[in-house]
Amino acid sequence: MDNYRAHVLVCGGTGCSSSGSATLIERFHEKIAENHLEKEVKVVRTGCFGLCEAGPVVIIYPDGTFYSRVKPDDVEEIVTEHLLKGRKVEHLVYVDHATREQNAEKKLEDITFYKHQHRIALRNCGVIDPENIDEYLAMDGYKALEKALTQMTREEVIDEILKSGLRGRGGGGFPTGLKWKFTYQSQADQKYVACNADEGDPGAFMDRSILEGDPHAIIEAMAIAGYAIGASQGYIYVRAEYPIAVKRLSIAIEQARDYGLLGKNIFETGFDFDLNIRLGAGAFVCGEETALMHSIEGKRGEPTARPPFPAVKGLFDKPTMLNNVETYANVAQIILHGAEWFAAMGTEKSKGTKVFALGGKINNTGLVEIPMGTPLRTIIYDIGGGCPNGKKFKAVQTGGPSGGCLPESLLDTPVDYDNLIAAGSMMGSGGMIVMDEDNCMVDIARFYLDFIVDESCGKCAPCRIGTKRMKEILDRIVEGKGEEGDIEKLERLAETIKATALCGLGNTAPNPVLSTLRFFRDEYEAHIKEKRCPAHHCKSLLQYKIDPAKCRGCTACARVCPADAITGTVKNPHVIDPSKCLKCGSCMEKCRFGAISRE
Amino acid sequence: MENMISLTIDGVAVEVPAGTSVLEAARMAGVHIPTLCYMKDLNAIGACRMCVVDTGARALQAACVLPAADKMVVKTNTPAIRKYRKTLLELVLSAHDKKCLTCVRSTNCELQKLCRELGVEDGDAFKGVQNVYKVDDVSPSIVRDNNKCILCRRCVAACAKVQKVGVIGPVMRGFKTAIEAPWGLKLNDMACINCGQCINVCPVGALHEKDDTAKVWAALGDPTKHVVVQPAPAVRAALGEEFGLPMGTSVTGKMATALKRMGFDKVFDTDFGADLTIMEEANELVERISNGGVLPMITSCSPGWIKFCETYYPDFIPNLSSCKSPHEMVGAMVKSYYAKKAGIDPKDIVVVSVMPCTAKKFEAARPELGHDGMADVDIVITTRELARMIKEAGINFNALPDGDFDSLMGESTGAAVIFGATGGVMEAALRTAYETLTGETLANVDFHGVRGTEGIKEATVNIGGKDVNVAVASSTGMAAKLLDSVKAGEKNYTFIEVMACPGGCVNGGGQPIVDADTRAEVDVRATRAKALYNEDAEKPLRKSHENGEIKAIYADFLGQPGSHVAHELLHTHYTKREKYTD
Amino acid sequence: MKSLAELEAIRKATINRINLRTEDDSTTTRVVVGMATCGIAAGARPVMLAFMDEIAKRQLSNVTVSQTGCIGMCRLEPMVDVIVPGQDKVTYVHVKPEMVERIVDDHIIHGHPVHEFTIGANE
Repeated sequence: MDNYRAHVLVCGGTGCSSSGSATLIERFHEKIAENHLEKEVKVVRTGCFGLCEAGPVVIIYPDGTFYSRVKPDDVEEIVTEHLLKGRKVEHLVYVDHATREQNAEKKLEDITFYKHQHRIALRNCGVIDPENIDEYLAMDGYKALEKALTQMTREEVIDEILKSGLRGRGGGGFPTGLKWKFTYQSQADQKYVACNADEGDPGAFMDRSILEGDPHAIIEAMAIAGYAIGASQGYIYVRAEYPIAVKRLSIAIEQARDYGLLGKNIFETGFDFDLNIRLGAGAFVCGEETALMHSIEGKRGEPTARPPFPAVKGLFDKPTMLNNVETYANVAQIILHGAEWFAAMGTEKSKGTKVFALGGKINNTGLVEIPMGTPLRTIIYDIGGGCPNGKKFKAVQTGGPSGGCLPESLLDTPVDYDNLIAAGSMMGSGGMIVMDEDNCMVDIARFYLDFIVDESCGKCAPCRIGTKRMKEILDRIVEGKGEEGDIEKLERLAETIKATALCGLGNTAPNPVLSTLRFFRDEYEAHIKEKRCPAHHCKSLLQYKIDPAKCRGCTACARVCPADAITGTVKNPHVIDPSKCLKCGSCMEKCRFGAISRE
Repeated sequence: MENMISLTIDGVAVEVPAGTSVLEAARMAGVHIPTLCYMKDLNAIGACRMCVVDTGARALQAACVLPAADKMVVKTNTPAIRKYRKTLLELVLSAHDKKCLTCVRSTNCELQKLCRELGVEDGDAFKGVQNVYKVDDVSPSIVRDNNKCILCRRCVAACAKVQKVGVIGPVMRGFKTAIEAPWGLKLNDMACINCGQCINVCPVGALHEKDDTAKVWAALGDPTKHVVVQPAPAVRAALGEEFGLPMGTSVTGKMATALKRMGFDKVFDTDFGADLTIMEEANELVERISNGGVLPMITSCSPGWIKFCETYYPDFIPNLSSCKSPHEMVGAMVKSYYAKKAGIDPKDIVVVSVMPCTAKKFEAARPELGHDGMADVDIVITTRELARMIKEAGINFNALPDGDFDSLMGESTGAAVIFGATGGVMEAALRTAYETLTGETLANVDFHGVRGTEGIKEATVNIGGKDVNVAVASSTGMAAKLLDSVKAGEKNYTFIEVMACPGGCVNGGGQPIVDADTRAEVDVRATRAKALYNEDAEKPLRKSHENGEIKAIYADFLGQPGSHVAHELLHTHYTKREKYTD
Repeated sequence: MKSLAELEAIRKATINRINLRTEDDSTTTRVVVGMATCGIAAGARPVMLAFMDEIAKRQLSNVTVSQTGCIGMCRLEPMVDVIVPGQDKVTYVHVKPEMVERIVDDHIIHGHPVHEFTIGANE
C-alpha cells in the first residue's frame, strides 16, 4: 500500500463541482505528475466541506491548509510551492469573515465558520473519499452494523434509537424510534425500509451533501433499520437532479455488496438486506411520504390520506419505515456511541445536532451542523458572518416553503423543533435563508407561494386552487394593485388551506404568508394603502426622482438611461419621465451629486 | 360477528363495523356530511375536502377516507368547518366556467346543489385566472369539457378501477392539473370503449353524451323521410326518473305514446329485436354445442364490451356470438323486410334507436353494420336525450296515456324485457336453448342463479341431463377478471354473458344521472332491474320463440334461425383493434 | 464477502493511509523535511522519500512526513525535524538517505534520538 506524505482534498460536492472542482482535480494530477510527486501526494475528491461560499475548496493535509476559491491556474502554484517546497500559498488561503484574517497556519477546525459546529451527520463529509469503501471503514464504518447484528437484539436497537431522542430530520420531527417501533410491531410477510432523499426545499442541500460525501453512512443505517424492523429490502428515493449523489450511492452500494455488507447472510448472522435506488423526477410533493411511496410504486406522485400510516400499510401495501437522509446519517453513530452520548447534545426535546443550509444575504453561505439549541443569532452572526456589505438584518426564513420568516426580535430563539414552531416557523429540512433590509417581505412570501403553486400536486382543491388565488392576490399587491380587503382574503384562504389541505405540504403552504403577515404586516399595508414598498424592492412601486436643487445638469444620468426616460439640457436640472422609466437604478448609481432618489 | 366500534358524531352515538369510514358512520347516525368528489363504492380519495370533520387532531380530516375509530368524537358542523366549506366551494367556483344556464347538467349538478345548500353567495369571491380548454368532442359517444371539470376524479376511477380501461387520468400538476388522455391525445384516439360510465359519475357537466337530438329533429322535420324509432329494454325502466317519477317506475306505455306524439312514423320496439336476437343466438349456441364450435360462446349485445374484447382480449374474438345486437337487428329488418312490406325505399327510411348507452352511438357507425351502403341504424340517442326531446316538444310526460308499439316489430316477450339487466340475456337464451335442445317445455322460466347485481355470477343449468356451466359478468373490469380465469384454465364455461356496464343496461352510460347522495342510499342497478323483472313476470309470453311476430317473420321472410338471409342481415364479424392510434 | 477480521484489517490498513487527515497532534509523530530551494539542492528529496519508504515498510500508523520551507540555516541542509508527542523537537542536519533507517528505528520507534546526527552534535 502506498504511503503518501500529503493528501490534497478537493471538494467534489455539487456546489464546488459547479464552480469547477473537476477541472481542479485534473489539473492537480497533471501538475503533480509534472513535478514527479505522484508517489508522494494523493489527490482525493471528497464530499462537501460545507463552506460552499468559498468554493472550490482545496484542503492540504497534514498541514490542514484551507485554500478557497481556487482557480485552475492556481494549481501550478500550489503544487510547486506548497507540495514541492512546503511553502503555503498565502494569497489563496481562506479569509475568515469573522476575524478578517488570512492565516495559512489556521486549521479547518479553528476557522470561525467551523468552530461552533459539531459534525455528526457530516462527520465524514470532506474527510474521506466517498467512492472508496475502505476509507469509510477506516472511520469506524460498518462497526455499528456489526455491533447491531452480532451483539444487539432487534428490540435493543430500536430501544437505543428511542432513548437517543432522535427525531425526523426531514421536517416533521417525529420521533424516529417510534417510527421504527411501529413498523417493527406490524405483522407482515414483507416489510420495507426506505430513505427519503427527495430533498426539495429551496436552498436546502444537506441530504445531497451527505449522499455525496458519505454514502456508506446511509447504507449502513438502512441496514441497521432493516434488521431492527425486520425488512430485507430497502429503497432510496433520490432526485434525478442529484447525479453526483446517485453515482456515489450506486458505487457505494456495489462496494457494500462486494464486501458482503449488503446481500444474503450479512456477517453470517442470517440477516439478508439489499438496497435499490429509485430516481424521482423532482416533484417537491414526492418528499411527502405517501406520495414518495406511490412514486416508487410507479404511480403518480400524490399523497393519500393517513391513516393508514406507512408503518402499517406503505410501499406495495406492506409496512414501511421511511426516514430522511440526515436522520439516517445519525443512526450508526448512535448505535456505536450509545443513546446517552447522543441525548447529551441538544435541548430537552430535540437531541443531537441539525444541519442547516445557510443562504441568502449572509456572508458564509454553506452547510453547517450545530447542536440543537444553538441560538439563531449564533448561526447567523458567528457562523454565517452576518449580512454582507454592512446591510441590516431583517428576517431569517427557516423550514423552506412550509416554514416562516422570523424577525430580529426572535434571533435569540434557541433552534429546536418546538421553539421554531412556537415562533411561527418550523425546522423543515433545514434551509435557512437570511434577508436584509433590501428584501421586501411581501415579495418573499410571494416567492415561496410561487414555489408552492408550481409544486402543488393538484389533487386537493384547497392547495390546487387556494394557493394559486393567494399568489394572484400577492402579485396584485406587489404591482401596486392591492385593494382593501386583500389581507383579509389572504388570511381567510390561508386558514382554509391550513385546516383542510390533504397533506402536510398543503397544510403548511400558507405559512410564509401567515408569518410575514404576523411580523411584517406593516409592509403589506404600505403596499396596499400607500402604494409604497418600504424595502424599495417592488419595481412597480418605485419612483426615481431628480432633485433640481442638487442636479448640476452633467447629463451623465441621461446618457446612461437605457430607456431615454431622462431629459434635460446641459447645466440645467434634468427630469425623469416616470412613464418611460424602467426603474433599473442606473441613473442613481451614475449621479455624482446625490441628486437622484428613489421612493 | 363483526368487530363493532362505537363513536359519537355531532353528539349522536353510533355503533358501526370496524373499517367503516366516518362518512358512512355519519350516514348511519343520520348526519349528512356534504361531499363532492366522493362516490360510494367508487371514489374515496379525500380530494375535494368538502367532507372535512374535526376529530380533535391537528388538522381536519376528510370523513370519506377516515376510518372510524372506537370512542372517536367527531364534529361535522362547527362554525369553522362551515366557513372552510364555503371557502372551498368558492375556490372551486373560481376555477369553473359557471355557465350554468346553458349547461346540460343544470338543476342536476352536484356542485350547483352544494352551493345552494351551503349558502355560497358570491361565485366570484376569489376571481382569478382560469384554465381554458378545448372541448374534446371528437368521440362519437362522449364529450369532455374540462372547463367545467372540478377534478373529483370519479371518471378516472370509473374508467380505470371499474372498467379496467383507464384511458383518462390526471395530467400536469397544481393549478394546471387536468383529466386527460395521455400525451394530449383525444379520447377517440385512445382505446376508450365508449361505455359512458364516466358520464354517469360526473358531478358536473364536464362529461356528457354527444348530443344527436338535432339530427333526430331534422329527420322528423323532413317530409321526405320515413322515421322509425325503437327504444331499448332498459330505457323504459329509467326514463321516468327524468320526469320526477320514482326510480324503478316502468314507463313503457307513456314512452310509446310520447314517441308517437313527437312525430315518429313508426314506433317499433328493440324488445322485439331482443327476441329476434335470442332466436339467432340460442340457435348459434346449440350449433356450437352440437358441432364442436368454439366455446364458451360469449354474448355480443353490448357494444362497449365488444370494443373492449376487440382491443384488450382479441384472443376471445372467435368466442363472440356473431349475432348483431338487438337494435341493429331491428334496423336491418326495418330497412329490408319492413321497407318491402310498406313499399318504402329503404334509402328514405331513418332508423332512430333510443338507447341506455353511449357506446351504441359508436356501434351504429361501424361500417360492417349495414347493407347496400346504408347503416342499419342511422341515429342513436340516449335515454337522457330522449327526455330532453320530450321536454322540448312540450309533452307533459307524466300525464300521457299508455300507448302501444306499432305492429310488425312491436311485440315482445318477457325474455326480451330482461335484456336490460345483467344476466337477462343469459336467462332469455337459456329459456329458448333449453326447449330447443330438449324439445321439452320449460316449466319454471326463472333462472335466479343469473340474476342480481354481483359483478360475476356463475350457474350450472341442467339441460336434458347434461350440466351446462354458464357465467355472467357485468362491467368490463369483471369481464376481464372472468376471461383471465378462463384463459388460465381455472374455469370452464359453455356460455358467458358480458355487459360492459355494471348491472347491465339499466345502469348504462346513457341513462338518467343519479347523484352521489342518492347512490349512497339506493342501489340504482337493482332498483331499475326490478322494474324489468316485474314486467317480465307480468308478460303472458316469456320465451322469445313464442313471440307471434317473431314466428311470422321467420315464416314470411327469414326462414330458419341461422339461415342464409338471417346471416346476411342479422350477423356480423369483429376485428382486432390496437390500443393506440397514431 | 469479507469476514469481520478482514474488515478490521482493511480499517487498520486504511487508517494508515488517511491518518494525516484525521490524527490529532497529540499522538502523531511528525517528520518535517526542509524542502526549500536550499534543502532540495542539498538533496532533501531523496531523504524525504527514504523516510516515507521506511515508515511504510514498518507500517507505522501514526507518523506523518511533511515538508517545510527554509529555516535560515542553509549550510546545514538537508535538515529534518522529528517531533515526537510529549518530547522536544529534535533537529537532524546534513541528513542522507542512509541515515534514515537509524533515525526511524532508534528515535521514532524506540524513543532514543540519534544524537550524533543532531544539530547539537554538528554545531
